[in-house]
Amino acid sequence: MLMSYFASLNPASFFNALPSNIAQGLIWGVMALGLYITFRLLDFADLTVDGSMATGGAVTVVLTTNGWHIWAALLVATLAGVCAGLVTGLFHTKLGIPPILSGILTQIALYSVNLHIIGSANKALSVDKYHLILSSRNITRAIIAAALFCVVVIAIMYWYFGTEQGSAIRATGCNPAMSKAQGINIQNMKLIALCISNGIVAMSGGLLSQYSGFADVNMGRGAIVIGLAAIIIGEVIGDAVLGKHMDFKGRLTFVALGGVIYYIVIGIVIWLKMDSNDLKLFTAIIVAIFLAVPYLKAQSKNSFRRAAKRGAMMKVSQDSSANGKEV
Amino acid sequence: MLEIKNVHKTFNPGTINEKIALDGVNLTLHEGDFVTIIGGNGAGKSTTLNAIAGVWPVDDGSISIDGIDVTGLPEHKRATYLGRVFQDPMTGTAATMQIDENLAMAARRGKKRFLRWGITSKEREHYRELLKQLDLGLEDRMTSKVGLLSGGQRQALTLLMATLQKPKLLLLDEHTAALDPKTAAKVLSLTDKIVEENHLTAMMVTHNMKDAIAHGNRLIMMHEGKVILDIGAEEKKKLTVEDLLQKFEEVSGEQFASDKALLG
Repeated sequence: MLMSYFASLNPASFFNALPSNIAQGLIWGVMALGLYITFRLLDFADLTVDGSMATGGAVTVVLTTNGWHIWAALLVATLAGVCAGLVTGLFHTKLGIPPILSGILTQIALYSVNLHIIGSANKALSVDKYHLILSSRNITRAIIAAALFCVVVIAIMYWYFGTEQGSAIRATGCNPAMSKAQGINIQNMKLIALCISNGIVAMSGGLLSQYSGFADVNMGRGAIVIGLAAIIIGEVIGDAVLGKHMDFKGRLTFVALGGVIYYIVIGIVIWLKMDSNDLKLFTAIIVAIFLAVPYLKAQSKNSFRRAAKRGAMMKVSQDSSANGKEV
Repeated sequence: MLEIKNVHKTFNPGTINEKIALDGVNLTLHEGDFVTIIGGNGAGKSTTLNAIAGVWPVDDGSISIDGIDVTGLPEHKRATYLGRVFQDPMTGTAATMQIDENLAMAARRGKKRFLRWGITSKEREHYRELLKQLDLGLEDRMTSKVGLLSGGQRQALTLLMATLQKPKLLLLDEHTAALDPKTAAKVLSLTDKIVEENHLTAMMVTHNMKDAIAHGNRLIMMHEGKVILDIGAEEKKKLTVEDLLQKFEEVSGEQFASDKALLG
């Protein structure tokens, strides 16, 4: 039976699906770059992204089908994401709601907002009727376009977080007390970072809706976990490849590549004929493993059990040497 | 330079944990004053510094720095006038950022932060010179993350950051308390040097009476949220630890309970 299972796996079908996985991975790479701003630089676990991703898709599809130019639609989608981030930021900074809860509130509110934007649960965007930036119809073009988006977002982030304001955002995430003592308005920095982050996430939502040819209120469900998977996988692999040479540019590049690697892994799982209903479960397990590995590594170097073993070993060797002298 | 008038602060008012931290503090500092502040635990030393820095608004009274009333200004706005070094070496620097980035952050204290590049090569040269003067070898590690530095190195760096842009007032909140004695002595002599060279006005909270006597040109003692003793430059020169203990008993009418102060 096992033989027949392996015989049924066709390597060609995996390679056929590969380009599509790469294209989707790059689009999610853009999303992961946006999430990186809050998750790593600001140290703010922002759950807004599940909502703002879908908002980006919804705005893009609705405006395009209403005759807007695709680039204008994508720009407005990005701005819609900025507004979503602003709402979360205001919940947190002005109303004192903890970060995770602020994000959840905006996310749940956006579900209704997105339904209003689309007018129903989903809406199609046909590549035959509209000039889209990318589409699954032409995968080569989609890969190039998505890769260009990644490159531009990385370049802008690299520049911005090297400026005075970007540095102030990084300092806010690292040490709020120090930032205040250095005259940084940390509330404003949090607002700005959340806006930029969700703007980028919504933009990737806009790209995803073009790629898949529709927008759906549920398209952002679990986005944060996929984004985290991309960030963490990218960082782990980046550290392994670049080691000490890992700088901010390299880190961002690997975060974007993390999205691609994630989708290739998903491609392998589907190729292995795993039930696609289990994909989210599988994603959660991957993220949990990658999050746990650095912790467990540190723990194993630092465990009481090992200390006890080392102590016992030392005692044994001392006892035996003492016995040796007696004899 | 600094004028504190009748400042009150009560923490957790109306609850079982109510604590009157500042109970009518009055203090005037002149330009070039280097004041050391001593007192037992809970006397209001650090609280006074926090009140000046604007960590929270005071309940009553006013604070002005160089003629500017800052009572209503939040912490990040008051930072324009203040240099601060904290007790915990982790507090004053950003661990995941480079040494030069931390300095660049401090160089822009009180200025608008826009989209100019966060650090220029000219600045880097300047920082290299300043770090050389610390004599800790940090000038060769400018792109190292601050998290890799020792507590003493971080305090020295924080001190440099606090004075990179001349502050109207330097606040030192037990900034050597977390260091070993040798490192503490080094950071203290560095403090003296920086204060002297830049003609700074400074306030230094300490638990160590010897340090309080050896440094600065004025000494104040706090007790139960009030300034109970203010010793000027001439009198301070002749002051001994025994004198201080005796004075404390005279003024407060009780034995100075802090072991730490006695051991100092």
